[in-house]
Amino acid sequence: MISPYHFLLPEVESVLLNSDFFKTTKKHATRYSYSEALFEVAEINPKVVVLDVDVGKSLKTNEFAKKYPHRSFNFGIAEQNMMAAAAGMATTGLIPFASGYAMFLSMRALDQVRNSVHYPHLNVKIAASHSGITPGPDGVTHQAQEDLSIIRTIAGSCVIAPADHVTTKMAVHAMAEYDGPVYLSLTRDPVPYLYTSDYPFEIGRMVTVREGSDLTIIANRDLVAHALVAAAQLSGQGIEARVLDCHTIKPLDEEAVLKAARETGCIVTAENNVIFGGLGSAVAELLVENDPIPMQRIGVRDTFAESGPYYEVIDKYGLTFPHIMQAAQKVLDRKHAFNNQMAKGEA
Amino acid sequence: MNDLDVSKSLSVPELKRVAVQMRKDILYMIYEAQAGHPGGSLSATDILAALYFRIMRIDPTNPEWEDRDRFILSKGHACPVWYAALANRGYYDRSHLGTLRKLNSILQGHADMKKTPGVDMTVGSLGQGICAGVGMALGARFQKKDFHVWVVIGDGEMQEGSVWEAAMSAAKWKLDNMTVILDLNRIQNDDFVENTMPLGQVQEKWQAFGWNTICINGHDMQAVVDALEEAATIKGIPTIIIADTVKGKGVSFMENVPAWHGAAPNAEQYEQAIREVEGALI
Ligand SMILES: Cc1ncc(C[n+]2csc(CCOP(=O)(O)OP(=O)(O)O)c2C)c(N)n1
Repeated sequence: MISPYHFLLPEVESVLLNSDFFKTTKKHATRYSYSEALFEVAEINPKVVVLDVDVGKSLKTNEFAKKYPHRSFNFGIAEQNMMAAAAGMATTGLIPFASGYAMFLSMRALDQVRNSVHYPHLNVKIAASHSGITPGPDGVTHQAQEDLSIIRTIAGSCVIAPADHVTTKMAVHAMAEYDGPVYLSLTRDPVPYLYTSDYPFEIGRMVTVREGSDLTIIANRDLVAHALVAAAQLSGQGIEARVLDCHTIKPLDEEAVLKAARETGCIVTAENNVIFGGLGSAVAELLVENDPIPMQRIGVRDTFAESGPYYEVIDKYGLTFPHIMQAAQKVLDRKHAFNNQMAKGEA
Repeated sequence: MNDLDVSKSLSVPELKRVAVQMRKDILYMIYEAQAGHPGGSLSATDILAALYFRIMRIDPTNPEWEDRDRFILSKGHACPVWYAALANRGYYDRSHLGTLRKLNSILQGHADMKKTPGVDMTVGSLGQGICAGVGMALGARFQKKDFHVWVVIGDGEMQEGSVWEAAMSAAKWKLDNMTVILDLNRIQNDDFVENTMPLGQVQEKWQAFGWNTICINGHDMQAVVDALEEAATIKGIPTIIIADTVKGKGVSFMENVPAWHGAAPNAEQYEQAIREVEGALI
């Protein structure tokens, strides 16, 4: 039998159905994948510099500072100053990677992100750890469940939320080469290793990581692994879900969404982010103007979360694979009702 | 400290005993959670002990009392020290201490005024609690209330521009009903403050912003009590108590070590830490 999966590590594909998949599978926090990749891009491009705001220990950008003290700038606990300074550095030709927590980069320094970085479209790279509800125990003040939505609404922004270690490293390389501001969303807690190095990472291009024709699940960052597990379980029930890894939320790969709409007739989006203005909204906005098929969204509803272990928190707030499976059932029911109605209308 | 009547204003020797119990509770919470910020909790312990068990006008049976003094831990990551003070003061049962940072707990990773009785302001994003303190002090004045607002800030936190915005506004409005206590422990998350982003002449900076300053050793309980009592009497100008402290105070291997900003002890370290903290009374 040919595998429906693409670019998935064989050792991951073979255990997707294990009940303890998320407990036992090998994991890595993508905040570390980011700082590891910085060494590589710094070797390639001498203009790359790294900016910190007293959380270098947390992103391990402090390791970069040890190796490249002259290319590393710790601004202390002063996110607004760092962000506007990054803009200033970019005007001189440097490529600053402004590193910190998503909460404080996307929200404390939002005015600077908009007016000093995006309005002049400067070449600032924002590396945001603790994105979404990926910090569990720290609680609400550190859970940036709105960051992707917020940055997505800024004109000319590019928002990337990779699912695993390999694709995060690819994203760091791609953003170093990209001309313009990029927001990179990183996880605080470890997430499963998923992909082989064949993964074709390109900014703005979704990747089909599982073939299927009954429905499409479009997911990003830490929920891609949940989408894959949900799809594997659905397959056991005779439902074949296509899974798209939407690592770039903006610009959205419209072609891939419309193709999925045409070919599978219904879509579930899954994001560890508020349902307002993020991935689900982006897909819905596109569909409603082009091909309004049934759609269900997984995301944080109109609530703040709370402290707790990462997995327990995202499960309580409706983001894990069982919730994706429920949404899949619901969207399939709606698709069938929709198709029946269409058939009646035609008869 | 079970024999102490905490509804009374405690003496300095009694406050020292309370501080020992609070330090033990801080270590217990962080050990149970296997996460949290011991260093900055232990450096602020003596200050919170004095405030909650002697200085502040509060009623634990009525945490929403309109005329109560307000307290804000602007360096909200150090909330285990706050939770320890509130539990020992009787705001909630001590059994909650083991639930820090766990799902469905009243004790969030950063303090939440809607979840924890006695927490007067939600904190965790540095540089905001002090601004909320300005608002509370203005609210008191506007409504002709005589409660006092107490705010603890960190030295790393002082790097946030908003701290200086608060400083300007408190001076403009002559907020003598607000006192800030700076927990000057000289360490932030990444490293020593001096290496990360030096603060320069701290006392002179606050003076230049129009504040009355009092400098003390933040672990000398008598000095802490005296400074807090004095601050409440100063009129026409906001006061900041600059408390010279030791990050990780009371636990030898944590003292002055940046790595203990946000790390939990293992079983062996926990036992040693408890022994050392208890030893402070002997
Ligand atoms: C606005 C903001 N930026 C960053 C952080 C992450 N953070 C938590 S504690 C800390 C260091 C705080 O240092 P300090 O104020 O000196 O506290 P203390 O040493 O007393 O614990 C940092 C950077 C935060 N909570 N809020």
